[in-house]
Amino acid sequence: MAIRSSIRKGGVRWGEFSIEVGLACCTLISVITTAAIIFVLVKETLGFFSHVTPAEFLFGTRWVPLLKPSSFGVLPLLWGTLIVTVGAAIIAIPIGLASAVYLSEYASAKVRSTVKPVLELLAGIPTVVYGYFALTFVTPVLKTVIPQIQVFNALSGAIVVGLMILPMIASLSDNALRAVPDTLRQGAYAVGATSYEVTTQVVVPTALSGIMASFLLAISRAIGETMAVTLAAGATPNLSMSMLESIQTMTAYIVQVSLGDTPAGGVAYQTLFAVAALLFLITLLLNIISQWILRRYREVYD
Amino acid sequence: MAPRGIHARSTAETSLRKRHARARLFALFCAAVTWAGAALLMLLLYQISVNGFKWFDVQFLTSFPSRFPYKAGIKSALVGTLWLISLVAIISIPIGVATALYLEEFGKKGRLGRMVEINIANLAGVPSIVYGIIGLAVFVRGLGLERSLISGALTMSLLILPVIIIASREAIKVVPMTIRHAAFALGATRWQTAWSHVLPASFPGILTGVILALSRAIGETAPLIMIGALTYVAFLPEGPMDAFTALPIQIFNWVSRPQEEFHELAAGAIIVLLIVLLTMNATAIFIRHRAEKKRG
Repeated sequence: MAIRSSIRKGGVRWGEFSIEVGLACCTLISVITTAAIIFVLVKETLGFFSHVTPAEFLFGTRWVPLLKPSSFGVLPLLWGTLIVTVGAAIIAIPIGLASAVYLSEYASAKVRSTVKPVLELLAGIPTVVYGYFALTFVTPVLKTVIPQIQVFNALSGAIVVGLMILPMIASLSDNALRAVPDTLRQGAYAVGATSYEVTTQVVVPTALSGIMASFLLAISRAIGETMAVTLAAGATPNLSMSMLESIQTMTAYIVQVSLGDTPAGGVAYQTLFAVAALLFLITLLLNIISQWILRRYREVYD
Repeated sequence: MAPRGIHARSTAETSLRKRHARARLFALFCAAVTWAGAALLMLLLYQISVNGFKWFDVQFLTSFPSRFPYKAGIKSALVGTLWLISLVAIISIPIGVATALYLEEFGKKGRLGRMVEINIANLAGVPSIVYGIIGLAVFVRGLGLERSLISGALTMSLLILPVIIIASREAIKVVPMTIRHAAFALGATRWQTAWSHVLPASFPGILTGVILALSRAIGETAPLIMIGALTYVAFLPEGPMDAFTALPIQIFNWVSRPQEEFHELAAGAIIVLLIVLLTMNATAIFIRHRAEKKRG
């Protein structure tokens, strides 16, 4: 019935058409989201740059945005983010990769089928829980080993962020290793290679792009990580080389400001957006690189 | 793919023994590291349950937060989280599934579709705190929704939309083309095919993705802090425009206090949060498992 009447109207099925338009509008929402993120960040950051020059922001070495005399050099925040991220990567990358190798090359099917879902569960633990762990367990343990360590310190933050991204690296790298065709392994074993040689000289190099992509994704997550570092590493922006002192990351700064009552429109409010824009750019860049690596990797197997 | 070292070093008997010893050592090392990592993460759960169960009773679940640890509870946080997640589900599931359907069943796979795809993949990687800032600028300040449940729910929906879309697309992709062809052959329109055949066939996959996405929203803290969910709420929200608190916010608040008792309260709240998350994840795994079995 409906079809015949729509044919009479000239071949256009209006019901069908309006549904398609409705679905297309839903799709538009994610495009609009991107546009909104970029628009808001650019608009407020430009407002911020009318008070502070981009050079002062990017290369200044003092970050004192809320007190007079104020100074808006973002380097201390970048530095804080960098040492926490590098520390986390130093912990998580070797352990994560070794776990992935164990799961994909050595573990029995039974072990793998229990460990893998547990990894996925662990990857879903909220970051505020890791923050709790840092403050109530990691820092006290560190304190008994290194008595001069501060209550809030970069080391504790790096350790828990490392723990947090560990399941993600292990799980994604395991997927990459499992995608290596078995024929390659068998070929290497056939010419007399040991399991160590097969793994390090055949399997890992073949899966390297997938493994690198998992590292980059995990690092990008560590950079954008908020609650664990806010709780563990404190709120003291500085350029200290020591991991035993309190520092502040970009994300921790954003949280600190928004916990207070910052009036809209002021320079302090605009710093939120400038820092967030920087954070957005850095993580976007890492994600794009990792997608690019993954795409090249797919071409090998197609 | 030429394994250089293999040929060079494989002749002498002693070096062969050495190589096998190294292989065994390596296998042992990988296993040890894996279990050490697992032990560390188990330690985290152990430490939380030891501290948290001290305060874990009915009173803890049914009391408002308080300055006095022995009186404090998570009633408002729990109710806030339930409100929030219901609103997020209502907003994000239809939009997410509709987007996935459009991209897979309707959209032309041209350059535009490819760009939308890349756009969604990148949105999934944006740090949650950036969504918080957008929520603050657009919903709280721009649209004047204030620090309400609806601001929080809209922000969280934007955050998990990419996750829902990507998971739903994966589920729709594995529906066999023959099902669509059969429907088209009988004269069904695109929408009739999508609604009565593709969607039911991909339902378990979509549901799994949706549950995992919602469980991410339940644990997110940073965006809620950004839009200004309150840390001390001694009342229950009665509608989407009310102020609220949520479990992760309450945990953050308690952890950031210096007193030991509040840390233990935080552990108690973490237990509640983890139980909720675990149940959701277990449901998702169960659904996936059953669907896989059915497919054979």
